[in-house]
Amino acid sequence: MPLDKATLDQFLDTLRRFVDERLIPAEAEVDATDKVPQAIVDEMKELGLFGLTIPEEYGGLGLSMSEEVEVAWTITHAAPAFRSVFGTNVAIGSQGIVIDGTQEQKRKYLPKLASGEFISSFALTEPDIGSDAGSVKTRATKDGNGYVLNGAKRFITNAPTANVFTVMARTNLEEKGARGVSAFIVDADTPGIRLGKPENKMGQKGAHICDVVFEDCRIPGDALIGGLEGVGFKTAMKVLDRGRLHVAATCCGLADRLIDESVNFALDRKQFGQTIGEFQLVQAMLADSRTEHDVAWALVRDAARRGEAGEPITRLGAEAKYYASEMVGRVADRAVQIHGGSGYINDYPAARLYRDVRIYRLYEGTSQIQQLVIARDMLKEARSRRA
Amino acid sequence: MKVLVPVKRVIDYNVKVRVKADQSGVDLANVKMSMNPFDEIAVEEAVRLKEAGTATEVIAISMGPEQSQETLRTALAMGADRAIHVVHDGELEPLMVAKMLAKIVSEETPDLVVLGKQAIDDDANQTGQLLAGLLGWGQGTFISKLKIEGGAISVTREVDGGLEKVGLKLPAILTVDLRLNEPRYASLPNIMKARKKEIAKKTPADLGVDTTPRLKTLKVAEPPKRQGGKKVGSIAELVDKLHNEAGVI
Repeated sequence: MPLDKATLDQFLDTLRRFVDERLIPAEAEVDATDKVPQAIVDEMKELGLFGLTIPEEYGGLGLSMSEEVEVAWTITHAAPAFRSVFGTNVAIGSQGIVIDGTQEQKRKYLPKLASGEFISSFALTEPDIGSDAGSVKTRATKDGNGYVLNGAKRFITNAPTANVFTVMARTNLEEKGARGVSAFIVDADTPGIRLGKPENKMGQKGAHICDVVFEDCRIPGDALIGGLEGVGFKTAMKVLDRGRLHVAATCCGLADRLIDESVNFALDRKQFGQTIGEFQLVQAMLADSRTEHDVAWALVRDAARRGEAGEPITRLGAEAKYYASEMVGRVADRAVQIHGGSGYINDYPAARLYRDVRIYRLYEGTSQIQQLVIARDMLKEARSRRA
Repeated sequence: MKVLVPVKRVIDYNVKVRVKADQSGVDLANVKMSMNPFDEIAVEEAVRLKEAGTATEVIAISMGPEQSQETLRTALAMGADRAIHVVHDGELEPLMVAKMLAKIVSEETPDLVVLGKQAIDDDANQTGQLLAGLLGWGQGTFISKLKIEGGAISVTREVDGGLEKVGLKLPAILTVDLRLNEPRYASLPNIMKARKKEIAKKTPADLGVDTTPRLKTLKVAEPPKRQGGKKVGSIAELVDKLHNEAGVI
């Protein structure tokens, strides 16, 4: 049910205060220690952030897409590692169950994911499988009533702390493509699961990823999401439509923060007897960043509204994710440029966020994959007009 | 135990306050407003009393324009059970507020009224004390610690010389200082629930209080710009300047 404006505004206000009073002051510590303090995680649970998109009947908030992007935009005025703590529960880690799960699966997992008691992780990527996501090699072999998982997953966000994994695995070896792939919900303490050591990433310190290896990992038959083989990949793609808008909103929130940092620095820093904000070449950078953010954010909000109205948003979602992630890259680069030498020093948010935002052009589909999604959809549409 | 918590809608503590060009007051047009931070601490303390089982009901009160409802919604989202809104446009002086609160106290018969020690807009620091005077109740002001056992309250007050411990009997008035607690952030589920909680509306006339101003604001001005400091070369020079220029010793 959509929230009335006053309620949403009050929540976004509260969230912004949480960002300014709690998260931003903790950014340097998180970057240095590679850990989000437990007290902050607990406060995020209290605020309801883990259950943003999980339906109310399962203890979540059941936000609409439009509401979700506003929340994502607001929270990412702080370093994105904070969002990452609950990001998988909100998006790819829970939505597969929300969309396709059986009643039993929903009842078993969603309330715990909504409260943050469970951290979820989405395991699709493999050592040889990145953008070519349909070619999943991890196998789920039928064995009695259950399945046996074998294979390795790579760069799995939140895996070191996850209680449950949504695992994409091939159930049909004859079927080479996506149609042979099914989705399973697997408890992290199942014997036969081994975690790799957390990767030493370029940015987003405090958010952890690692390999997840399945070795004769026996799971029950009711771990198959929706109880149907061969729909897992399709579900993943549906989840990604929404996920891409969420990521695009995240890029916009970070861009807006970087612009704040840039403007404030330009107002304070003096060179040649005046603040650098007086120089037109600096002004040009500020203006470009502001304009590009506003364009991206308008695209995200429009796509969210259209999606809610029932329009297909696969192409729009790809456009939003493509443009917003490239945009925040440029904005971060200008922010560093405006900061001069200080922009290369990790004490300044511009330097830290510059590293943090680089991932956005890579995950949930690289920019190049988004371009393909967009162009293929355009060609398909044009062909169907001719036929 | 019933607890009343008066809350005031003030300019947000992050906003840089600007004086109107005609010096008649502070510019409030398009300025972000929030709950007075000391009142947030008061609400938090009352809600904690309820969570601890000491209090049974927490009632938030605000006096001011239509938008004061939003301030009350915040208190309700933090955990207050219901709210009373005394609708009034224009200024209210501390004595009027205290008189209206005294009337509400006589109707609601709470055991405790917890207030912020002062509001960050006019910094009057009077309402709690005036209310205690009007009701003839004991008061613990500027408290940084609170313990309630049976009918006895023990509070730690932040005073100029350090900390002072005071014992009080219920019913009582408490005004809270900054270090008493750290207020919670209202969660979205609680914000949604708060929308359904009751806000009773009253007017100053209902409470029998005359709101004709007794004070007249002559002029509001920005504080003078701070002058840069001076460097001195020796202690003798410092003493000389303090004596002859500043005239403070």
